[in-house]
Amino acid sequence: MTAVTEPFAAEAAGRALAGGVKPRRYGSWYVAEHRIRGMRSYLKTLLVTSVGNPLVYLFALGVGLASLIDKNLGPNGFNGVSYLAFVAPALLATAAVTVAAEECTYPIMMGFKWNPIFFGMNAAPITGNQIVNGVFISVLVRIIPTCVIYFLVMLLFGAVPSPWGALTILVATFTGLSVGLVIAAYTSRIVDDKGQMAMIMRFGITPMFLFSGTFFPLSQMPIFLQWIGWISPLWHGTQLGRVLSYGAVEPAWLSALHVLYPAALCVWGWTTTQRVVTRRLNK
Amino acid sequence: MSPPVITAKSLTKKYKEFAAVDGISFEVAPGESFGLLGPNGAGKSTTMRMVGAVSTRTSGDLSILGLDPNEHGPEVRSQLGVVPQQDNLDMELRVRDNLIVYGRYFGLSHAQCGRKADELLEFAQLTDRAKAKVDDLSGGMKRRLTIARSLMNDPRILLLDEPTTGLDPQARHILWDRLFRLKEQGTTLVLTTHYMDEAEQLCDRLVVVDKGRIMAEGAPADLIKQYSTREVVEVRFGSDRNADVARRLAGVGERLEVLPDRILIYSEDGDAELALIAEMGLEPITSLVRRSSLEDVFLRLTGRSLIE
Repeated sequence: MTAVTEPFAAEAAGRALAGGVKPRRYGSWYVAEHRIRGMRSYLKTLLVTSVGNPLVYLFALGVGLASLIDKNLGPNGFNGVSYLAFVAPALLATAAVTVAAEECTYPIMMGFKWNPIFFGMNAAPITGNQIVNGVFISVLVRIIPTCVIYFLVMLLFGAVPSPWGALTILVATFTGLSVGLVIAAYTSRIVDDKGQMAMIMRFGITPMFLFSGTFFPLSQMPIFLQWIGWISPLWHGTQLGRVLSYGAVEPAWLSALHVLYPAALCVWGWTTTQRVVTRRLNK
Repeated sequence: MSPPVITAKSLTKKYKEFAAVDGISFEVAPGESFGLLGPNGAGKSTTMRMVGAVSTRTSGDLSILGLDPNEHGPEVRSQLGVVPQQDNLDMELRVRDNLIVYGRYFGLSHAQCGRKADELLEFAQLTDRAKAKVDDLSGGMKRRLTIARSLMNDPRILLLDEPTTGLDPQARHILWDRLFRLKEQGTTLVLTTHYMDEAEQLCDRLVVVDKGRIMAEGAPADLIKQYSTREVVEVRFGSDRNADVARRLAGVGERLEVLPDRILIYSEDGDAELALIAEMGLEPITSLVRRSSLEDVFLRLTGRSLIE
């Protein structure tokens, strides 16, 4: 290299080094921004479902089924509260789980295969880890408003006895995220769609919804089915929600477990998805 | 002379035992238009991904703008524009939004992205489609949008992987015209193609790649001069007679290639060879005299056709 050419080379490398600074720092947010822009096209559907869903569920269970149960057990006969108050935190957590499951299945499959935008992002200065972060941020952006709206409808129905109940929004969000991240760790590996995502919904999310102490206490299930609840993040989220929403009584260590277990799932799901996505992009 | 913007030395990519790219070396100078010509599966796209700093090399050295893409992936990519073989525009977003989200990935502000997007829509002749859904665009328009997207960051190097594959002739010519303009503006172009006419149109210099290795390197005209004759006579006698006739044609022209459907006679003077064939009493069903092309270079080097 001659002296004349060195400044050019240094300038080119310098420009590249400078060009990498912002993407390295904010790349995850750029990905989230992209995903949120994409959501705009079906914003109306999102709004209608996030308002309609709680209305329908709380009306059917809280007014319909609850009137039957409360008539038999008395107004505070279910765990010391009305059936509506008992079931509401579980439905809230379920709503968060459903949204997270949706956002962590098809969009990830799409990004690699049907409309491979992940490869486009990666051709720009965005890393695999940042793509994963951005997707998860956008999942949160969908879960949080869903939970807030759900909670407001719960208030409307008088389903939240304790002022601490507002914290159930956080608990539900966290529960949804823990399920979503575990699902993402799996869907990010899928190369050929053989209906795995419908399977997740049918044999993962639905049984979890039914057997996580959602409609009745876990202890009322046969002991050989109770493990479904113990390993289900939804059960942990639901129970913690009940502690906050109406002061359900349980040992402190169990409440701690309700936080630690989903947290562990989040860490595992997040790091695993990052590893898988990074590996898949590097063909 | 300026130092190269891309330097590859013994660049290799292996998938288990299979070497997709098997020790290739080349350099690309700033402002140059450089091509990788070869059939499908030659290792062109794999090379492009390594140069694009998204695929880790198995061995060898690679330097893009003086940086090692293994160490400085995002930094290298901040200076590249990439047009992949398969369009990966976001179908959920409208045309202009596709450009804006992409510009953001390079850290451009919303205002910068908007300005640049409008400018590039103009360049890609898509201004009137700015609010259209990507899905509603024709193949050629999608390709132009992908090229516009790759220019959002004013790249130093533009990587184009099979830019016109699958496009009709008119769409190809529009695209070539746009690429020519970029070349005139001094953008370094690196492109892969299995179309010889595309390589001849766009490349200052190219390497012929086959089975992960470089078979030849040079300017299109020089390669043709070096590996082929000035003219080629193509004669067809019907697939069942070709081989027979070829034996009788031995000695006609400088060299013969017998393909399943036709015989190619390499010569400095095609018409003279055609007259000779007529004198021999052989009556081809069709005959044609043309200039040698890169296709002939490839045939000479590998014994195979580019498009199989």
